[in-house]
Amino acid sequence: MSTISELLIIAIGSAFVSNVVLSQFYGLCPFLGVSKQLKTAGGMGIAVIFVITLASLVSSLIYKFLLAPFGLDYLKTIVFILVIAALVQFVEMFLKKNVPSLYQSLGVYLPLITTNCAVLGTALTNVQEEYDVLSAVVNGLATAAGFAIAICILAGIREKMRYNNVPKAFQGMPIVLVTAGLMAIAFCGFSGLL
Amino acid sequence: MKKENSVWKPFINGLITENPTFVLMLGMCPTLAVTTSAINGLGMGLTTTVVLAMSNIIISALRKVIPDKVRIPAFIVIIASFVTIVGQFLEAYLPALNSALGMFIPLIVVNCIILGRAEAFASKNGVFASALDGLGMGLGFTVALTLIGCVREILGSFSVFGISFKEPLESIGMAPIAIFVMAPGAFFVLAALNALMASIRMKQLAAGKESKIRAGCDRDCASCGDDGCVHRFYDENGKDTAVGKKEEKA
Repeated sequence: MSTISELLIIAIGSAFVSNVVLSQFYGLCPFLGVSKQLKTAGGMGIAVIFVITLASLVSSLIYKFLLAPFGLDYLKTIVFILVIAALVQFVEMFLKKNVPSLYQSLGVYLPLITTNCAVLGTALTNVQEEYDVLSAVVNGLATAAGFAIAICILAGIREKMRYNNVPKAFQGMPIVLVTAGLMAIAFCGFSGLL
Repeated sequence: MKKENSVWKPFINGLITENPTFVLMLGMCPTLAVTTSAINGLGMGLTTTVVLAMSNIIISALRKVIPDKVRIPAFIVIIASFVTIVGQFLEAYLPALNSALGMFIPLIVVNCIILGRAEAFASKNGVFASALDGLGMGLGFTVALTLIGCVREILGSFSVFGISFKEPLESIGMAPIAIFVMAPGAFFVLAALNALMASIRMKQLAAGKESKIRAGCDRDCASCGDDGCVHRFYDENGKDTAVGKKEEKA
């Protein structure tokens, strides 16, 4: 089992130092697409935390008890993508039936992240880094928290940016990408942390 | 002559008219992540091309067998199988490229260009046309990635395709702008590219022509409803299926 300090290093490493969107480029589509308002960005962030943590748990269990013992390592991409897609569907159905209040706030975002590359990317990273189940869950949680932090900051900046006089060709996506680039520079500052 | 033209239409379409990166702005994650050098961009592009062409062929061949309701999971399994095969091949024969591209090889599965083409083209057209479409789209992606990689490598490390011209430039007091090969540089290059395409689009619209340039996708393919990339593409008659919908929303 990993010690608390090891878990903490994993957590800070994946939330800040190698931030999932700003330095790994996973999950760019929702990062750029669902960051118009702080409120929706927050909802998306929470949904991503929920799904990635759960997907990390399930995928690392499957890897440990099914794929690794039978030497089916090469099937991991296929298995993970199907498991994640099924898991998200299942979670959506479960929430709709049993926790309608949570479904109201997360439901619209869940289908958006089924095949988000951040989810598959985190599951595969867990395997590549040979994390045990607990470390994998912590890594998933921290990665997703890094995503939530980044998308909320971007959404906050975009809300302010509405009042700025942006050159015509840069309106819309280009200025968002410039903003993301500046944020990525800021996140480079974390690189000496560990 | 006319017949030959129509056979090659899907190929040219993907390569130029509907270039997935420059015109449709799809598949942005790998575009940003692996274009730190021209050779990596080229490798990623060709890998994606192989997967795209093979999965297009199989999906097109099975299009009448796969029930409509489970088509997306079926497409994903087919695509994931080819990604696994290609990944194993790279691991065995091109280990340097494999480690440079890293996680983005398995992540080809969730590249929206591939599922988008499966859904928009291969599931509706014949095997040969789908193969050409996959090759065209894939090579369009390859060209775009290689160009972006060239720009980033030239600005960021004063070299291209392994040919370095760092020393003569440094002797006259110029230093490479290292940020272009780092993560933030990817965002800046893509921002400049997007702004360029937007200004071309504005010129086209001002001249009274309709523009094919789109602003990218913020959805994922598996759950995408009616207004996703399928409607960014053009139907068989060359009619833009997105114009009405897009303008309505704006």
